[in-house]
Amino acid sequence: MFPEYDVLVVGAGHAGCEAAHAAAQMGAKVLLFTMDMTKVGQMSCNPAMGGVAKGQIVREIDALGGMSGIVSDKTMIQFRMLNRSKGAAMWSPRCQSDRARFAEEWRLTLERNPNIDFWQDMVVGMLIEAGKAVGVKTGMGQEIRGKSVVLTSGTFMNGIIHIGEKQFGGGRIGEKGSHGITEQLVTHGFEAGRMKTGTPPRIDGRTINYSIIEEQFGDENPSKFSYMDTPALTKQRSCFITYTNEKVHEILKTGFEKSPMFQGRIQGLGPRYCPSIEDKINRFADRDRHQIFIEPEGWDTVEVYINGFSTSLPDDVQFKALQSIEGLENAKMFRPGYAIEYDYFPPDQLKLTLETQLIENLYFAGQINGTTGYEEAACQGLMAGINACLKVQEKEPLILKRSDAYIGVLIDDLVNKGTDEPYRMFTSRAEYRIILRQDNADIRLTPLGYSIGLAGKDRYDKMQAKQASSEALIREIAHLKVKPEEINPALADINSAQIREKISIGTLLKRPEIDLACLSTMHESIANMLQNYTPEAQEQAEIFIKYETYIDKEQRMAEKLLELEDARIPANFDYEKVKALSSEGLQKMKKIRPETIGQATRISGVSASDVQILMIYMGR
Amino acid sequence: MHLYSKEDTIVALATPAGVGALGVVRLSGRHAVEIAQKFCKKKIAGKDSLLFFAKLAYPDTENILDEAMVSVYFAPRSFTGEDIVEFCCHGSSFILKELLRLILEAGARLAQAGEFTQRAFLNGRMDLAQAEGVADLIASDSSASHRLAMTQMRGGFSDKIKQMREDLIRLAALLELELDFAEEDVEFANRQELYTQNTQLAYAIEQLIGSYKLGNVMKHGFPVAIVGKPNAGKSTLLNALLDEDRAIVSSIAGTTRDTIEEQKNIGGIRFRFIDTAGLRETEDVIEKLGIERTLKKIQEAQLILYLFDMQDFSLEDLEEAKIQLEAYQIPYYFVGNKTDLLSEDSLKTWANIPQLMSISAQNKADIKALEAMLLTHIDQTPDHESQIILSNARHLSCLQNTLKALHTVRNTLDARLSTELIASDLREAVYHLGEIVGEITNNDLLDFIFSKFCIGK
Repeated sequence: MFPEYDVLVVGAGHAGCEAAHAAAQMGAKVLLFTMDMTKVGQMSCNPAMGGVAKGQIVREIDALGGMSGIVSDKTMIQFRMLNRSKGAAMWSPRCQSDRARFAEEWRLTLERNPNIDFWQDMVVGMLIEAGKAVGVKTGMGQEIRGKSVVLTSGTFMNGIIHIGEKQFGGGRIGEKGSHGITEQLVTHGFEAGRMKTGTPPRIDGRTINYSIIEEQFGDENPSKFSYMDTPALTKQRSCFITYTNEKVHEILKTGFEKSPMFQGRIQGLGPRYCPSIEDKINRFADRDRHQIFIEPEGWDTVEVYINGFSTSLPDDVQFKALQSIEGLENAKMFRPGYAIEYDYFPPDQLKLTLETQLIENLYFAGQINGTTGYEEAACQGLMAGINACLKVQEKEPLILKRSDAYIGVLIDDLVNKGTDEPYRMFTSRAEYRIILRQDNADIRLTPLGYSIGLAGKDRYDKMQAKQASSEALIREIAHLKVKPEEINPALADINSAQIREKISIGTLLKRPEIDLACLSTMHESIANMLQNYTPEAQEQAEIFIKYETYIDKEQRMAEKLLELEDARIPANFDYEKVKALSSEGLQKMKKIRPETIGQATRISGVSASDVQILMIYMGR
Repeated sequence: MHLYSKEDTIVALATPAGVGALGVVRLSGRHAVEIAQKFCKKKIAGKDSLLFFAKLAYPDTENILDEAMVSVYFAPRSFTGEDIVEFCCHGSSFILKELLRLILEAGARLAQAGEFTQRAFLNGRMDLAQAEGVADLIASDSSASHRLAMTQMRGGFSDKIKQMREDLIRLAALLELELDFAEEDVEFANRQELYTQNTQLAYAIEQLIGSYKLGNVMKHGFPVAIVGKPNAGKSTLLNALLDEDRAIVSSIAGTTRDTIEEQKNIGGIRFRFIDTAGLRETEDVIEKLGIERTLKKIQEAQLILYLFDMQDFSLEDLEEAKIQLEAYQIPYYFVGNKTDLLSEDSLKTWANIPQLMSISAQNKADIKALEAMLLTHIDQTPDHESQIILSNARHLSCLQNTLKALHTVRNTLDARLSTELIASDLREAVYHLGEIVGEITNNDLLDFIFSKFCIGK
């Protein structure tokens, strides 16, 4: 009934969809498992993609040839470039999505790919032979064989949902959980843990008094995620901002004695940066209000998402508290917020390819690795799909370095540091923030995506044209000089210092108060020059010139640290032999088996002394 | 650090070679106890450190070599983190040589220089800065340099650096907050506050860098240049200070054609006295060269003693010398020589002039007063008893890099550049500071943010 597949993907969320698409696009025969064909590409939490650091990841996925950017562009209802007031490295795209259309677009995208087959059932176990994954077992009892398996279980493995004192099994509200896989893998030596996350109530938008709360509009000139020609937004929907107050807090406190979190019924650790509302009022008792974002769920639906109000308090308490928020006095609730606990496997059991160390050809991606967020999941799915496929094709794996991409930072952090709380990406996790920008993800990654057969020729050509054009512009800018009398009056207008002799406009461009747009208004020759270049090329050139010192500095730093990355530790290195290592360092290095000294420096529990000792041992 | 096999048991004489009342032989490594037991007549047992009296005999005989105090420390609670046995023997070079021979025959090997400390470091008994402190401690031969090395070995210096690093991380976290959580409803640190904190940190690091001169002085001696006209008696003064005939002394002007440097320990502080060629106009090529070298040498000094012959010097000469000396920008004192040849009346001419004292180098009169004055001068330099002092060139370079990064932070703040650029410079500062104690940057920034601010929707 089933042919032998190259890659079996278990789960069709953000990680599973990207994994299936990437492997199929690279030529693998893929079978995608989902418990419910109508739930492919679900946004289980807020209807939005991107944000600070996350938006950069979506751009990187797109640059490599993944689909999250394109699906987001086609289904977004609002776009904002966050951190606009800061430098280019901080600009972070974010969109509000139409939840239903987003899921539909993913499903159609996958259905269009002839290399992808679907099977709707629960996967209850792996087929493991001689330490290798060779297929999966389904709830109906089929054994389906594949050369590799990518497991993307999200919150489904032994998921338990909590609302106040109510507690029931499930992977998302209204959906069954999955059972069997954790138990089986633990018998194979895997370490498993529990994590917790939560989601806020959804309410009826028709019952909100929008006239008394603040409206948050999309950008005037909305941008997008994909480097390809996806359609631009022509109309947008707004979000709204309101606040909790002391009365809301008092009502919420009445539910504390029934709170599964405070009463210890939830054991898994939740994310500190995405706390529930009860956690916020408990930990930051001095704050008399907390911000609430009201986000529409789509173009047409009346359902709205109450961002900032994640809670697992009893539903009646949630409802009463909601109605005490300004603008929500008459709110009708569609469904309450809830907390969910689920199994994950601490990610220090993985290789940098996301293949597990214990079982060959088995890959993990997404929340199963202890991460949170659609973008984090999607990029892991992409990398797991790529590497599973490359392995089947007997090619070299693709491992992104920390200086290549946020995706590289994420996987490197997971594997080397592990995580106890759901891991979310922040820009501060990246050492090379000024290099890893959303505007240059294509230049950084499209050549890699193209070389493995994921990014298409059209994408590669587009990137090359942009790069060539921006380099030409940089040269032109360096050579174009202006005389004091030509430019000084214009400089005076914007309170910028006068020049005394002829200088290159590149020098002027380095001033914080001056950008290309403003230069083009100052002098006709500049405006004429810029006419020959696309906005993307102009942006690249401008950023490169303005941040040259910092870009250089980070590149030098990255190269310096790469020396340690080149110091390879033999695969069979016997750490026990090195008596001098601290016991924690020894344990961690035996577990993670770093491939290089550089990787060893980032393993949590490995001290600086351990690394120096290792270097002495290896004669460096 | 050079790489030696860490499997071996190593041995060395722990007290200097030569005859002393006692001699200590130190043995460290996995087989230390086993080897010691071969000639120690008492049974070594237990897990806690031991100190006992025992007869040492040639293996498998009753021929006694010596009677010794034996200390045993068990891994990991020992200096090196391995088993250590120390024999405190009588200080006969024969006994010590025989004992070493026996130990070597029993399977130990002679330790390389610094190998005990290297093992202590490798076994995690100390961090890099502490290990560097031990090396200094062993080399220290004045009480000041000893004190300095002790502070460093005990970790006082590392603690100070770690504290500074934490301060920097706190500062950086405030910037990261703005970058990663711009959408959050939290208050961001104002620029003025960042500026002030940055300035304070830069100041603390500057202080530490400033202490390098003093730290270096304590390690290598406090350099004092003795200058003056030919035949003022500079070499005689040096001899008087050292109590020996080191410099060639004659009354022919220009005898000392080159600089002569001698060290003396005064009140626990090591001084390096630099006797210089007399400064005068000369046609003699060799003497000219000497004078050039002298001028260079003076630049290295931290104190100048300007010596003059009181018989042959006027108050005008003194004023002129003052102008010359000011040019060096180094503290100086005038020392009037040859009190023995001066009348009571002429002596009065030189009384009550600030920064001046008179001596007779020939008769060694008032040399003690001169020494006391030198010590007072050292005491007036910043309080080095309580303060952490920098004495290591590697640390200096790391701190200078940190300071450079902090200065860039100040400039970027001034220029109102974008936050991520300021953050980039701050990260560089954290990196360089971390290099000293070998800290690895981890999630410190985020941990700080989450503990202080209400983040998250």
